[in-house]
Amino acid sequence: MLISIRDLCKIYRMGEVEVRALDGVDLEVEAGEYLAIMGPSGSGKSTLMNLIGCLDTPTSGSYLLNDQPVSGLEDFELARIRNREVGFVFQTFNLLTRATALANVELPLIYARVPAARRHQLARDALEEVGLGDRIKHKPNELSGGQRQRVALARALVNRPSILLADEPTGNLDSRTSGEMMVLFNELNAAGNTIVLVTHEEDIAAHARRVVRLLDGRVVSDRSVASKEPQT
Amino acid sequence: MIWDNFRIALQAIRANKLRSLLTTLGIIIGVAAVIAVVSIVQGLNHVIAVQLEGVGATYIRVQWRDDPNDPDLAGREVTLTYEDGLAIAERATAIEHFSPIFFRGERVHFRDRQHATTLLGVGSAHQEVNNHWVERGRFFSQLDLDRRARVCIVGLDIVDELELGDDALGSQLIVGNSSFTVVGIMEEMGEIFGQSRDDLILIPVTTARDLYGRDAFNRLILDFQARTAEQVELARDQIIEVLRARHQIPEGKRDDFRVVLQEEILETSGSILGTVTSVVAGVVGVALLVGGIGIMNIMLVSVTERTREIGVRKAVGARRTDILIQFLIEAVTLSLLGGVVGVVAGWGLGVLGARAIPGFPPAHVPLWAVAIGFGFAALVGVFFGTYPAAKASALDPIEALRYE
Repeated sequence: MLISIRDLCKIYRMGEVEVRALDGVDLEVEAGEYLAIMGPSGSGKSTLMNLIGCLDTPTSGSYLLNDQPVSGLEDFELARIRNREVGFVFQTFNLLTRATALANVELPLIYARVPAARRHQLARDALEEVGLGDRIKHKPNELSGGQRQRVALARALVNRPSILLADEPTGNLDSRTSGEMMVLFNELNAAGNTIVLVTHEEDIAAHARRVVRLLDGRVVSDRSVASKEPQT
Repeated sequence: MIWDNFRIALQAIRANKLRSLLTTLGIIIGVAAVIAVVSIVQGLNHVIAVQLEGVGATYIRVQWRDDPNDPDLAGREVTLTYEDGLAIAERATAIEHFSPIFFRGERVHFRDRQHATTLLGVGSAHQEVNNHWVERGRFFSQLDLDRRARVCIVGLDIVDELELGDDALGSQLIVGNSSFTVVGIMEEMGEIFGQSRDDLILIPVTTARDLYGRDAFNRLILDFQARTAEQVELARDQIIEVLRARHQIPEGKRDDFRVVLQEEILETSGSILGTVTSVVAGVVGVALLVGGIGIMNIMLVSVTERTREIGVRKAVGARRTDILIQFLIEAVTLSLLGGVVGVVAGWGLGVLGARAIPGFPPAHVPLWAVAIGFGFAALVGVFFGTYPAAKASALDPIEALRYE
């Protein structure tokens, strides 16, 4: 089992008020799955995603990633998981504005202590994979929204992570570019990548093979969708 | 990794050129002040050292010492005479040469021209002792001294001022009220601190005593040369022994004279310049402190501005120490760049300053001053960069990513 979550809780304290962002979530994800997490805003889907990505630590409950318990790990161990096991794609891309596409994609490799020459090669390969082989020297402000998200995708994939975590990856893209992006996701899943997608758009979630719905920090439905061929 | 961080730092600094320059101004001024002052002081030091090395390590000077507050000297007529010097030269085995110096201001006439200069009454070994030689003509012989001959040797300035021309040797000069024959011209000594050292006239010390009377000769300066540099200490002991006996100084009482060795003169000038340097160091310390606070301030701004970047870096696997090192290197790079600009500016200031003051020796920038400049700049960067860097590294990744 790639992800094994049991009774996960995340409680924020806002002054006197306790906010139960996650209230006892159970979730299991196997390698190669294509999962969409859905729910209205405030349902806890982003919190769940941050916990899966080890950006955050739960208040209680257990989380096993690749059968390894994640709770109670030190900063440098969590950093290592974020670096090697998880690839993030954000709604707002979160690229370094002053750095070129190549340098952005190299970032995780720098923190993985990959030597410079090998780093360039891997980053270039990753950019070619997402169809940006001819844009490696461009800075984010010289790229379109779709191209920026592809750079972010290349950055997420460059360390060959166990899970690709995408938080509203098409939220800032027009419908045509969104469609192209989803094709890319489908292809990546077909190639064996595990994808966890957070979205509130039904048509985006429709690409996934399994949809988990959250409401008020709880899983309210978890159903598999019939396998379908990647759109071309 | 370090190199990557260094590149990131340069990128960030380049992105905010004006801000970076203003930030490092404190460092620039501090380092420039160090380099400028040290270069001027070292220029001085260098000149003094060269001068004294010209005299040589075997040079010994004996001066009279009078101190109204010293009970050992109370009621005693302090003298240091030509005879004292002769007695030392005769009895002190470690002494090679002896030459007394009597000096006073004097007016010198030649035909219708006149010039006020320094008159030195010296012995026949003056050349050897002071390492200052006759260029043309001859020096005084023992015979000149014995006969109290009316002969003189002039410096180049006298030749110019009195327009002695090519026939200088053999000219008759009026010194005071007496007529003297020029027998030699001294080699050029050049200037020190804007003061010409060629504006002088030498006459035999015995002749000077005839001219100015024995009363003016009670307090002379006695210059000696030890046989070898190793015998300087021995020579000093012998001088003290002879003089104490001649001056009948009882056991336990202090000397009424002072023996100064060449290396002590070097030490004295060094310690004066050292004081100047340490005062400046204090001022510079304040400048660097202010500069450091500037760096800290701008690094805090930078951390806030780049909160999102820090979040992204953490999300893709940067550890706390990675972020800490990144911002620390940025602070150090910033202050080192300030150090580079400061060294260059200080060097220029030192050179220009030394040139602007008339007669000042050229500036001399020792490598250690440059090293200290850079060292302090780096230290300031580390010291004042640590807090902002720690702040950056402690940021929560989720909050950093959400930061607008």
